Formats: sequence, structure tokens, C-alpha cells
Amino acid sequence: MLDVRLIDQPFNPGAFVGPFTNAHPGLGGLCTFVGEVRGEVDVEALELTHYAPLTLKGMQALGAQAVERFGLMGLLIVHRTGVMHPGEPIVLVSACARHRRGAIDAVDFAMDHLKARSWFWKREQRADGWHWIEPRGEDHADLARWDTKTAAA
Amino acid sequence: MAVTVVFLGKLADLAGVGDKSVAAPLDWRGLLSALPGPLGEAVQGDKVRIAVNGELLADKASLAASDGDEIALLPPVSGG
Repeated sequence: MLDVRLIDQPFNPGAFVGPFTNAHPGLGGLCTFVGEVRGEVDVEALELTHYAPLTLKGMQALGAQAVERFGLMGLLIVHRTGVMHPGEPIVLVSACARHRRGAIDAVDFAMDHLKARSWFWKREQRADGWHWIEPRGEDHADLARWDTKTAAA
Repeated sequence: MAVTVVFLGKLADLAGVGDKSVAAPLDWRGLLSALPGPLGEAVQGDKVRIAVNGELLADKASLAASDGDEIALLPPVSGG
């Protein structure tokens, strides 16, 4: 079961992971990652903008790719949009499989792709106003880990 | 008879609005002439992509939008 959601309100990851786990009897491994808005000295809030015609569709395609590649029984991706504050969950990825390795790797794969490829634009509110966050080179290096052509070379 | 142009990320700041209505039909040259100054320059950057009705264009110069279409101007993503 692939379940991908964008939500514009604070959420409780446990409230999603419980039912997701129950929906997959017979699983051997469940791996969950929760990303939160990091507390930084100068950051008061974070705003995540998306573009509806592309963002959810792209995340669903990513999810389907992960299910196929890692042989998952189920994958849950929940992503926040809108204005958030430090300590609030921003993303939840939970994968379940017959064996642990697929579940763990699928979560890592999904997070690297969400960070580098998904259609989100982020800005931070600091004391002097809003600042757009530029793409980071590390995000693309993280993505390259999953490129099978590179790995085989 | 118009095309809606949606500005994402910092392009929305440069535009001063989230979207704008431009006369249809609209090609790449027409789009640039509708977006003067720093906004037009930013949109020409290699890393800015264009989607028409939710489909990404492989080549921005191939833009051919008609009445009722929605064009999105997409700067590089900053990560989820």
C-alpha cells in the first residue's frame, strides 16, 4: 500500500504510523524517519511552498519507485507545507517489508530523493525578514548514492 | 483569452505576485516580453524549468500555451 500525503497543518507522526503498521499484518520490518524543523539561533519560522499540479504527483512517482526497487509491502510519506516552527515535524517516511534491509534502505532512498528532487521551495524567517533557501550541493551528492550506473562503474 | 503564469519560490518575490494573466496564445518569446527586467532574466536561467498544465517542458523554447493553460515557472527546489 502506497500512501502519500501533503498536509498544511501540524501533524503527529505516531497517529499515522500506528494505522500504517496495523494495515500490514505479516511484516518483518518497519522503518520510520521523522524530520523536524531544526532549531537554529536565528530562525523563527520556516515556510514550505509547493505547486499542486507537480508536487504530489512527483512524490507518488517516487513512492512507487521505492516500493518496486525495495520490494516493500507498504510505504507512507507525509509531508508538511505552509509555515512551521522549530520542533514541528516536517516529513514522515515509513516503510514496511518482509525483511529489515528493504525497509531501512527504502526510507533512506525516499528521503534523499525528497530532499533533492521534490517540488518544494523553502524560506526561513529571521529577525530581518524572509530568506529563500538555495539548493545544497550535498543533496545532489546524496542522490548520487542511488544511481546504479554510477555504482556499477 | 489568457494564459495564467504562476511564479514559484523566489520568482514570486521578483514578480511581486503569485501569478499573472498573459494574453494567449503564448510562446517563449512572448513570455519573456511579458516579464521585463530581473524577472525575465531569472526565467532565462538554465536552472529554471517550465511546466504547462503540470507537465514539465524539456526545452523552454518549445513553449506553446493556449487560452486556459497554466504555465508554472519553477526555480531550483530547496529540498523538502
